[in-house]
Amino acid sequence: MIKVDLEKCTGCGLCVKACPFGAATLSDKKAVIGDACTLCGACVNICPVEAISIERKRVDVSKLADYKGVWVYAEQADGKLRSVVSELLGKGRTLADKLEEPLSAVLLGNNASELADELVAHGGDKVYLAEHPALERYTTDAYTDVLSGIILRHKPSVVLFGATTNGRDLAPTVAARLQVGLTADCTGLDINDERQLVQTRPAFGGNIMASILTPYTRPQMATVRPNVFKPAKPDSSKKAVVERLKINVDPRAIRTKTVETVKEVPAEAVSVEEADLIVSCGRGLKSPENLELARDLAETLQAAVGGSRPIVDAGWMPHHQQVGQSGKTVSPKLYIACGISGAIQHLVGMRTSDIIVAVNSDPEAPIFNVADFGVVGDLFKIIPALAEEIKRVKSERK
Amino acid sequence: MDIVVCIKQVPEITEVKIDPETRTLIRNGVPSIVNPFDEIAVEEAVRIKERVGATVTVVTMGPPQARDALLKCLAMGADKAVLITDRAFAGADTWATAYTLSQVIKKMSYDVVFCGKQAIDGDTAQVGPELAELLGIPHITYVRKVELHQDLKKVIIHRETDEGYDVVECKLPVLLTAIKGLNEPRLPSLMNILASNRKEIKTITVADIGGDPEQYGLAGSLTQVVEVFTPEPRGKGIKVDGSNPEDAAKQLVQFLFEKNLL
Repeated sequence: MIKVDLEKCTGCGLCVKACPFGAATLSDKKAVIGDACTLCGACVNICPVEAISIERKRVDVSKLADYKGVWVYAEQADGKLRSVVSELLGKGRTLADKLEEPLSAVLLGNNASELADELVAHGGDKVYLAEHPALERYTTDAYTDVLSGIILRHKPSVVLFGATTNGRDLAPTVAARLQVGLTADCTGLDINDERQLVQTRPAFGGNIMASILTPYTRPQMATVRPNVFKPAKPDSSKKAVVERLKINVDPRAIRTKTVETVKEVPAEAVSVEEADLIVSCGRGLKSPENLELARDLAETLQAAVGGSRPIVDAGWMPHHQQVGQSGKTVSPKLYIACGISGAIQHLVGMRTSDIIVAVNSDPEAPIFNVADFGVVGDLFKIIPALAEEIKRVKSERK
Repeated sequence: MDIVVCIKQVPEITEVKIDPETRTLIRNGVPSIVNPFDEIAVEEAVRIKERVGATVTVVTMGPPQARDALLKCLAMGADKAVLITDRAFAGADTWATAYTLSQVIKKMSYDVVFCGKQAIDGDTAQVGPELAELLGIPHITYVRKVELHQDLKKVIIHRETDEGYDVVECKLPVLLTAIKGLNEPRLPSLMNILASNRKEIKTITVADIGGDPEQYGLAGSLTQVVEVFTPEPRGKGIKVDGSNPEDAAKQLVQFLFEKNLL
């Protein structure tokens, strides 16, 4: 229920301009909210005199069946989809097929329509497209207003978000706006016999896994870190079905103002999240100068360089290279752990790598429990020897 | 200026071990600490207080022993503390936690609400944005620099992004979530630790907040944990002795070659 307190309302009209769905009008210099209202809350936030309020009721369990379809939030920046989007579409396809319901992508931006084909090629049946100049770049307020409204109108059963910086900002804000449950950083998603979304995630610093349901509210919302699921092979023969949504955004409804965007080029050429090969460093390297050994090896392999939490905390390496629970989750073809003991918080960030190699002087180090190939010994001798041997083999092949 | 900082007492997870026999958590003897990101939030609030003058109130929801975490924050320079504690609050998910905090904080005076980016035990990073939404105020996550405009009515924030950072301005009130790199939290002096015992810690129970008890704790949670299990171990791999580095390197390169990785 949305209510306008007529005594407080000054008839300023800000709500009319802020409404993404054209539901607010003025009549006798007072705000009137019409049937097009989706309860998205944009007017509540912009009203300077707090005259508009929304009373939300929890969804009636018997009405949960009205919510249908699996949605993937198609995060884009600078005209490119985040890599996690195709991973979510791959998983979303499986979930949608189990439910025998459609898989859709929801795309917000400005002039973003050309990304629709890509979304369909990666498994989507349909693309909901909301374009507006004010959606050119991400702001919490505009994206929350628009996405909440679209969800309320189209009633999907499941909405998946990538756990990127902005995904982890948007998902909880939308969840709180809609008063629905949200599960962070899922590593497993499935549909059970009751057609509910089963969300599995690490808990207690990755020491245990928990399976979580969202029984009472819809949509069921979850975030997933990049590199957790594999993308489906793209099929470019599918034709995009695009539903363009009529929306409006008043820039004044955006309460934050981005005055500058600074791009910091990472010191390392390849980011750990995207790399196929990673050489990762731990405390066993003893001092930051010794990172050179790992960098040499990485250069030989054309691999990215990562690190464990202790060395990032010690300032040897910037945070964006950190692998583990409080850093990045990676899933490369090859992960070489140099002097990393393998605390559980590290293991949860790299255990899905295809092949894990560990070099450590301590034969009891837990990293050896996950390593496909472990070398027990002095890494200061083994790492250079390995780099040499790889160079030798590579030059032989030429 | 009034600053509210939300903190959580968490187990020092790097100390948590798994019993190899039963594959369950060994919780005995695991020390409790103030969530490190929350400590950064407290530090930033105290620094603002030292620069421009402010009253800093730390708020936590937790068991009675979470009082220790509040004492630490008071020793760091916070002025007042609120302990929201009641068995009715137990088992809360992020929604129920944010809801409970919002019910308490909306009755307080605040210009800035600080949270840590996330707690190191749950790692969800959800409570901050959910709380802001329930309070009806804007928020900025992943904050690594805070500047106050000289009129004290606006903040200028450096917000970390996946590519670098954005400079974001916002009028107060605002909720900010702190990341590493915002500051280095201080170690409280012995004097301040002693003085913290004289500061006020207010206790709030479900009866004090009022409202429907079904909204709080496990009953009010929108997500429900239905199963907990330990992750599957990976299969055993090859382990070689590296006392002859050249020899070990040869074996490893052969292995990588077979796996088509070179």
